[in-house]
Amino acid sequence: MTRIFVPLVLIAMVLFASAPLVVANAPVEQTMGLVQKIFYYHVPSAMLLFVSAFVCGIASAVFLFRRSAAADRVALAAGELVVLFGLIVLVTGPIWARKAWGVWWEWDARLTSSLLLWMIFVAYLMVRRFGGPGSEKLAGAMALFGMANVPFVYVSVNYWRTLHPKTSVVMTLAPGMRGAFWFCVAAFAILYLLLLTLRKRLEDQQAMVEQLYLAVEE
Amino acid sequence: MKQFLRVAWVVMRKDLTVEMRSREIVYTTVFFAASCVLVFAFALVREGRPLEDASAGILWIAIAFAGTLALGRTFERERHTETLRALMLAPSDRPAIYVGKLLGVLVLMAIVEAVLVPMVGLLFHAPVLARPLWLAALLAAGTLGFASVGTLFAAMLVRARSRDVLLPVLLYPITIPVIIAGVRGTAAIFQATPDEPMARFWAALLVFFDVVFVTLSLWTFEPLMTE
Repeated sequence: MTRIFVPLVLIAMVLFASAPLVVANAPVEQTMGLVQKIFYYHVPSAMLLFVSAFVCGIASAVFLFRRSAAADRVALAAGELVVLFGLIVLVTGPIWARKAWGVWWEWDARLTSSLLLWMIFVAYLMVRRFGGPGSEKLAGAMALFGMANVPFVYVSVNYWRTLHPKTSVVMTLAPGMRGAFWFCVAAFAILYLLLLTLRKRLEDQQAMVEQLYLAVEE
Repeated sequence: MKQFLRVAWVVMRKDLTVEMRSREIVYTTVFFAASCVLVFAFALVREGRPLEDASAGILWIAIAFAGTLALGRTFERERHTETLRALMLAPSDRPAIYVGKLLGVLVLMAIVEAVLVPMVGLLFHAPVLARPLWLAALLAAGTLGFASVGTLFAAMLVRARSRDVLLPVLLYPITIPVIIAGVRGTAAIFQATPDEPMARFWAALLVFFDVVFVTLSLWTFEPLMTE
């Protein structure tokens, strides 16, 4: 990862610098107009929200059963990114909803389940922060249970209410929009990878510093 | 397997014996649940009549709140008397201890529900006797789902700082499917014409939830409780 880190940063910079142009040049949606452009960063963020939740859950499971400290650091980095990307989703979603549905928030299936998933990971970070010593395990269980919970939240909320555009909307995009959309997905995915690596590296180094302190004290 | 069940039974009996002597958790939890229902009554009763559909929600919120209280107290007792380590040192399977604790919590919550259901029926005109078996099934499956996750988290939180705050913070987001399914399923049978297919759907979801989360808890209890 260290070897390809700098090239990835460069690629990400180029992608994000040109993203406004690509999004601006994509055709304007007929019924919703300009506000549809939110789609280009709302959906990639939502995709990464789910990917990151699974990364965190799986890393936590590895940590719990294999006792690998490195996996715990990956889980922490992914957990923080769930909250970050979730925040993007939860801020851009209502802006779009205001225009499309006329209200800021609707108790629709996908909105509610994203909110709940986001809350589970906020709780995850809270445990890590306020749980005191030994809270990594507790947080690990929280992430694992949170991941297992995704289908239940989805089904229960889905039967409770549904209003959000179906996932199939991605496949039926107009050709001009499709290119811009996948461009944004790629840019966000690379950004995610970079942030994850950076955060994990920071944790690695913190762990190393702590070990050195302990060694000095002895 | 026989040994496993025996250990679970002994742990449950120990908890219930301690509880029977003081009745601390039962009395406080039942009283707390009743106060919850009263608070809702003041919020949701207009001109002497409860809002329609409110009773199912009130019932489940009271169960969730009272359940959190009971979960916190059962493990607080272990911490206070420093007996959790002794329990963990017992020469038996760790999951058996989990099951024993879970059974103890379930018995406590069943007592609370036995008080809550008639109370909601009386105060909110809920037809609790319209489909008694469906109601019992929904309550049993929902309580098991709530308590299975709750017992695991409460056990782990014993050693954590600020555990009183963290238990609901962890428990509620995870058990939202239980609350949704419980409330919607109960609302379906509390309707003027009970909607049985709907109740069946939600009960099935609850059973799935129970299976997945009891399995996960049994699976993770051992690594989580090892220091």
